[in-house]
Amino acid sequence: MTRALSCVGKSVPRGDAVEKVTGSARYAHDLALPGMLHAALVTSPHASARIARVDVADAAALPGVRAILAGANLDVRLGLYMRDKRILARDVVRYQGEPVVAVAADTLDIAREACRRVRVEYEPTRAVFDPRDAMKSGAPLVHPDLESYAHLEGVFFPKSNTNVAHHQKIRKGDVDAAIASAEVTLEARFDNPPVQHVPMETHAAIAQALPDGRVEIWTSSQSPYTVRHLMSVVFGLPHASIRVHVPYVGGGFGGKAGLNLEPLVYVLSKAAGGRPVKFVATREQEFNTLPSRQGLHSTIEIGATRAGKIVALKATYVWDAGAYADYGVNVGRAAAYSGAGPYAVPNCSIDSFVVYTNKVYGTAYRGFGHLEVLWGIERAIDQMARKLGLDPAEFRRRNLLTVGDTTITGETFTAGHGKPVECLDAVAKAIEWGTPSTPPASSTKRRGKGIAMLHKAPAMPTSTSCSAIIKLDEDGAADILVSGVDYGQGTYTVLRQIAAEELRLPIDAVHINSDCDTAFTPYDWQTVASRFSYMGGHAVIEAAADCLRQLRFAAAQVFGVAPEKIVCENASAYPDGEPERAIPYRSLALGYVYPNGNAIGGPVIGHGRFIARGLTHLAPDTGQGRPAQFWTYGAHGVEVEVDTETGEIEILRIASAVDAGKVLNAGLARGQVIGGVVQGIGSALWEGFRFDKEGRLKNPSFVDYKIPTAKDLPREMVPILLENPQPDGPYGARGVAEHPMISVPSAIGNALYDALGIEFASLPLSPEHVIARLAEKGTKP
Amino acid sequence: MHDIELRVNGHAERASVPAGMTLLEFLRDRLALTGAKEGCGIGECGACTVLLDRTPVTACLVLAVEADGLDVRTIEGEAADGELSALQRAFVDAGAVQCGFCTPGMIMSARALLLRSPHPSDEEIVEAIAGNLCRCTGYEAILAAIRAASGTGGEP
Repeated sequence: MTRALSCVGKSVPRGDAVEKVTGSARYAHDLALPGMLHAALVTSPHASARIARVDVADAAALPGVRAILAGANLDVRLGLYMRDKRILARDVVRYQGEPVVAVAADTLDIAREACRRVRVEYEPTRAVFDPRDAMKSGAPLVHPDLESYAHLEGVFFPKSNTNVAHHQKIRKGDVDAAIASAEVTLEARFDNPPVQHVPMETHAAIAQALPDGRVEIWTSSQSPYTVRHLMSVVFGLPHASIRVHVPYVGGGFGGKAGLNLEPLVYVLSKAAGGRPVKFVATREQEFNTLPSRQGLHSTIEIGATRAGKIVALKATYVWDAGAYADYGVNVGRAAAYSGAGPYAVPNCSIDSFVVYTNKVYGTAYRGFGHLEVLWGIERAIDQMARKLGLDPAEFRRRNLLTVGDTTITGETFTAGHGKPVECLDAVAKAIEWGTPSTPPASSTKRRGKGIAMLHKAPAMPTSTSCSAIIKLDEDGAADILVSGVDYGQGTYTVLRQIAAEELRLPIDAVHINSDCDTAFTPYDWQTVASRFSYMGGHAVIEAAADCLRQLRFAAAQVFGVAPEKIVCENASAYPDGEPERAIPYRSLALGYVYPNGNAIGGPVIGHGRFIARGLTHLAPDTGQGRPAQFWTYGAHGVEVEVDTETGEIEILRIASAVDAGKVLNAGLARGQVIGGVVQGIGSALWEGFRFDKEGRLKNPSFVDYKIPTAKDLPREMVPILLENPQPDGPYGARGVAEHPMISVPSAIGNALYDALGIEFASLPLSPEHVIARLAEKGTKP
Repeated sequence: MHDIELRVNGHAERASVPAGMTLLEFLRDRLALTGAKEGCGIGECGACTVLLDRTPVTACLVLAVEADGLDVRTIEGEAADGELSALQRAFVDAGAVQCGFCTPGMIMSARALLLRSPHPSDEEIVEAIAGNLCRCTGYEAILAAIRAASGTGGEP
């Protein structure tokens, strides 16, 4: 018997909202410890140089300076997938903004003054900024020692004596033959600049090196256990000696995944005699020193029949990893196995190269490479549709994955994958696709419509796992302990709903830790990839079942019936059919006490776990295998109005459909869609790093790097959440948090073609860019 | 050092501060009022918004000495007697909070608006928070929250 859901699916408000609206929520940014020192950095003014001399004598003489470190003091390399990065630059600098010297002092003012007194002599060396140049022979090598770097073997394939940190190949069928014999072919190139995540809380971390060798860390991180593990690997410390606290985190979007500032504050604390050291990145450092989203250069060839069936797709993706590719290699991998879009492609070849350059380095960013590759794919699909004389929606409909198709890595598409075509149809309907836009009020404005598909699966190791503990309190309420981080997505509220549903408790009687602490909250890999409600959801379901088993066992003894005859409902347990005899959970939570004083049972504590199932490494030469725990599909439909005098684009409406499988919390899911769409509009219209000839970032501030403000909202946003269940998802759910951002630029680019008849190939679609293209075409009125 | 006297959330404060200390540093480091956040330190993100004599300011750009003799209101003064203000309640109910880092500044900008314009138009609402950056929510729910709190904005 399936019972109607009482809590899952409801728009339960965030449990942490009251703390956040009162200013009492504590972030790493806000924390202070007794005796805490403050750190500041000297960063490199050069994109590529030898460090000839570091003179810290004047800085060290400043009263209040407690520790000064340079790369020469620190012979370790950091990384999750590719250990290619130093804590502080050693011997050479590889990007402008790279940390070279760090100071810990009594106050931030003293630390900054000390940094000004540090003298570093550099000998600039030849740099390379364009990854396509970096792939040419004779290009300067950003990492001459690449060969010696430890990396995840069998998954990533760095090429010695080149700038290629990873080459991901996908091979299916015979792409060259299929393109050669295709009735219609198309080749197009596309570009994405590097962009910044822009969490409102910049990266912040505190560490204290304790006298017995233990380390305590407080950090604005998405990854408490990955921080702990990598600290262990890097410094050779037992895991149990490292305790990582993650308080509230002011936004992450991927930029706070993996290891970031934690090693820096740890070595400073050690050097300062074990006093806690705090470092908070300035906004400029957030842009210029901490990691960004990689740039991408795509070349895409498509072959199709005249009837509109894709027969082949060949793509080369050249990623601008910047100076370090620790996380970038996995972006290049994940975006390759998704790199043909959500289409049935019988012959496919993808080469994805992650290439070092002398620029600020890349990492995970919401969408993990998919916004970038789908900028090209979804624009190319539109171009191909026009070449075929087909409506772009109809061309997609004829090629979207359907049951029985195989993906480019050989996975069979099933009904459990969801329905991409329903996403397409939903957004097409919402923007009245096929009906021309109503004419704009001004003769200098043009309107157009565009659509684009999206898909993404979590990119994670094949053995990614997660766990949860649920403790029942004296009053019968439940406390969930997890180490996934809720940095805004709402996953904690969703887990409370799941526990409430499973334990038959009211939502107000289910609590969850608001911060993570590796000493007490159980293992989770890291909070990335839209996987936590899925994996954490499973772990919570299992933990709740464990609690129920314990409750039933105790209640069964009390009532003298078999445990399976005990019903748990309304925070109480009773023999089936006899609800009037119910014992409240509070009388069982710590053990049941008989009238004579005898007690049975004991504190109810359940644990649950989940591990990725059935995933395989991809075959090195073909990319065949099973990389994805689940796929989430979606689509955007957009109508734009372009001002041909200013180049400004206004989004009149945008409809965004995601096949969520099951919506676990309607309000929070809607929040993810709206927030993702607006972030996607930022990538589409304004955001992108600009560098000067010497590789210096020209726009590391909100004045020069515009993100969407309240003034930039579309006139209308229509989130559409479809529910074609994921059979192995909790309640049928799949992840949806990253997806709404993906393909927003593609849909806008397609609408822009509809409005202006101009093919835009590079982002952002800024007013300057639009005006320049209009002038080129001579259509400027 | 300069001696200043001011009121913060209705409490009299007296302090001796260096000339270069910002109001944000004074609030966070001296008074432990950490609700106002530093998102950029140069007045571009709005996360440190507080009210100075009912006018919204970015506290990172105001010196503590400039607040001498004035009335400062921060997010910590928004809830009265443990009860959320109608504006705060509207933020909770509208789902206007995700990571929460921009929220205190956002609410203070909205508070300033409601103080000067108890029934603001949508244009006024957008204008009032245009200087407060939020990377999570896409603003829609924030606008809805402020709209819902319209008419509740007099002095609590």
